[in-house]
Amino acid sequence: MKTLADLKKIREKAQEEMKLRGGNVRIKIVVGMGTSGIAMGAREVMKAFLEEISQRNLTDVLVTQTGEKGLSSMEPVVDVIIEGEEKITYGNMTPEKVKKVVVEHIVNGKMVSEYVVASGN
Amino acid sequence: MSLKRIDLLICCGSGCVSAGSLKIKEKIQAVLDAKGLLHEINIIETGCMGPCDYGPVMIVYPEGIFYKKVSLDDVEELVEEHFIKGRPFKRLMLQDEEKKAISTQKDIPFYQKQVKVALSNCGYIDPEKLEEYIAQGGYEALGTVLTTMSPKDAIVLAEKSGLRGRGGGGFPTALKWKLASGSKDNQKYVICNGDEGDPGAFMDRSLLEGDPHRVLEGMMIAAYSVNANKGFFYIRAEYPLAIKRIKLAIEQAKEAGLLGKNIFGSKFSFDAEVRTGAGAFVCGEETALIHSIEGLRGHPSAKPPYPSDKGLWGKPTIVNNVETLANLPTIFLKGAEWFSSMGTETSKGTKVFALTGDVKNTGLVEVPMGITLREMIYEVGGGIVDDRDFKAVQLGGPSGGCLTKEHLDVPVDYESLKEKGAMMGSGGVIVMNDSNCMVSIAKFFLEFSVEESCGKCSPCRIGLKQMLDIMERITSGKGVDGDIDELIRLGEAIKQLSLCGLGQTAPNPVLSTIRYFRNEYEEHIREKSCSTSVCLNLMHFIIDKNKCIGCSLCARKCPVNCISGSKEDKFIISQPECVKCGTCMEVCPVKAISKIPQMHPDVKSENERLRKQKENEE
Amino acid sequence: MYQEILSKYAPTKDNLIYILHDIQDSDPRHYLSEEAVQAVSDYLKLPANHIYGVITFYSMYSTTPRGKFIIRLCESPHCYIKGSENILKKIKNVLNVSIGETTKDGYFTLELCACLGVCGNAPVMMVNDDFYGDLTEEKIEEIITKLREVR
Repeated sequence: MKTLADLKKIREKAQEEMKLRGGNVRIKIVVGMGTSGIAMGAREVMKAFLEEISQRNLTDVLVTQTGEKGLSSMEPVVDVIIEGEEKITYGNMTPEKVKKVVVEHIVNGKMVSEYVVASGN
Repeated sequence: MSLKRIDLLICCGSGCVSAGSLKIKEKIQAVLDAKGLLHEINIIETGCMGPCDYGPVMIVYPEGIFYKKVSLDDVEELVEEHFIKGRPFKRLMLQDEEKKAISTQKDIPFYQKQVKVALSNCGYIDPEKLEEYIAQGGYEALGTVLTTMSPKDAIVLAEKSGLRGRGGGGFPTALKWKLASGSKDNQKYVICNGDEGDPGAFMDRSLLEGDPHRVLEGMMIAAYSVNANKGFFYIRAEYPLAIKRIKLAIEQAKEAGLLGKNIFGSKFSFDAEVRTGAGAFVCGEETALIHSIEGLRGHPSAKPPYPSDKGLWGKPTIVNNVETLANLPTIFLKGAEWFSSMGTETSKGTKVFALTGDVKNTGLVEVPMGITLREMIYEVGGGIVDDRDFKAVQLGGPSGGCLTKEHLDVPVDYESLKEKGAMMGSGGVIVMNDSNCMVSIAKFFLEFSVEESCGKCSPCRIGLKQMLDIMERITSGKGVDGDIDELIRLGEAIKQLSLCGLGQTAPNPVLSTIRYFRNEYEEHIREKSCSTSVCLNLMHFIIDKNKCIGCSLCARKCPVNCISGSKEDKFIISQPECVKCGTCMEVCPVKAISKIPQMHPDVKSENERLRKQKENEE
Repeated sequence: MYQEILSKYAPTKDNLIYILHDIQDSDPRHYLSEEAVQAVSDYLKLPANHIYGVITFYSMYSTTPRGKFIIRLCESPHCYIKGSENILKKIKNVLNVSIGETTKDGYFTLELCACLGVCGNAPVMMVNDDFYGDLTEEKIEEIITKLREVR
């Protein structure tokens, strides 16, 4: 490493690896990837989220997955956790619904009530 | 995107390790492996997260859920509940006053008043990964200093920040650097003093183990400021993990080009190595430390000449404490004004304290200077264990003094504490409730200093021993009138005449407990009584005849057979033979035995009889 | 016999402490024998009495053979308040040794030491390089039993 620019490159790469710990993450999108979720299409929903986030270059948003959420009748289930706010749980998600959630909730801060199935813990 | 979906941070500071956190990590790995989940979970061993009482401690991301007192038996359920079902495992979470589970660190009362500067990465990053340190802004400060500032500029910035030595001396850091940089000698050294020997202090250990690169970066900033090209970490041998981590950090830095020639393309070249102690508290004193590195006995030398003038191998040397160095990267990154906006007029920034004793939340805390003792004990510390009464707090370990209830609103900074006869010291804070005997505590600290005295100068070598002899007589019931005044006389003399800081401060615990708890000393001497029943010769055990059921269990368990009686007459302890082991009280099924302060009259008479007998023989 | 260790270090006075640690740690009886001191003296060209001066100053060196496991119990005030005296009694009982002594089977040596810096988990002891905190009399039995099983 010879310059501050070299250091910056290493820093950015390392920050990406540490995103789960949420140092610079304001919004976490957690997709339920239990067996029932996957059977109902959770993987496609997750892919759609990843594409939308990366297209819009939203660096303070983390997309991750979790296990069985226990809400099998409403799979695929997605939690949106914005710092300082109550957790919002969307149910029956599809890749088509993802764009609306990203534009209205993630970018503009307004949840999409018709998709919400639960809030808080 | 990484395959991992969970970052599991396990606190592996020496405290949690001694409570079994490494074994827990192994079990978690085994359970995850059996369930085929190992590749999805990142398991990170971090440095100290702070709250020793809650240990072993873990944090699970991305939710940031804080788990306390995790045991091997909890592992299966924890993995099932949280890692598989995605639900926080309530049983291992802290609860607030309304019994609601507290999820994350920032909601925990222990952390509310803390401001992490030196400790900002401890418990968050993997200390064995250079990239994680860099992700948190590591080495940015060094790069900026080397490419945009001159050594003189660096010293000016340090001066503006108001940083003072965190090892106990409180000497202005920039001034030390100025003195060394003034020398025209080409060879200069920087030494990081990691010989933290104060009983009750583990701030430096946690920093060296939990964020080694931070200390290395700080050392390099210091070295640049004084034009030194070689650094030594002197770490006590009782800290094997700290030694390992610093050695690894040095290797990693070398590989990355952060150590060696022309760092960041500048003219600054630097190399560092680790040196260890071998079990001598006095080597925390800078001249003794230097002699130890030179391969000699750790005897301090008279100052002047100061190390900044003639130090290691006769060359200008700056010796800085671990915490002092750990503050530098953030000061140089965020600026002097940011640092000096915290704290008080004379004591800027934050300080790491090791809060121990009878407080509910023991552990490592970092708070802005100027916080009051009350806030530290009751808000950060959570108050006194068992809700007993607060009696005193000892600050500064064996060099420090105690403060009492009347001082709870004293701000914790260098000058305010000194005024009250106490001392910030390196940061050890021991909180004591009303079950502690202040005479006994002072005697303990004095014993420590006597053991660790290097023996070079008479006031310390002989004087402290004489003080200890008096303290031993007082606590064993042989104190006489005049002892207190003699302790004061000796103490003040030793403070004035000793060669180094060890002797100059060793009388402090005794002098300050006499100042605030003189009545306890007088009770010990005149009434042969220890009101807390700690001093065994000044208390006795007694069987309450009204409660005794005559079961004889105490008599049977007594190791010296000093209890006799019968079911009808009940049982009685023969006081002169009693060795105060407390077994009888432990085994009594009806709690008929209790501790009473005061040497028992039978023992007093027996002592008197023996004394007269000895006199007649002589 | 000590050449392998000595050759890792430059023959300068300031390497004395590390050489002594290294030689002591590699001796199964964790001590510095007369032969060892003589070898160091020859290598560093330092008089043996200087080396003994250093050895006797620092508490972690020993000139008498010790056990496979060196138990260092912290005797500092914090551990004392939390009951280190009872722990000391228990260890003495279980091992049947006094402070500074080694068990007859050569397994354990009991020593007292100054603050180990793990005060949040007092009482604490160090066995070789491992720490054990929040000690109770039951834990002592468990720890000693487990260590006895190590070959």
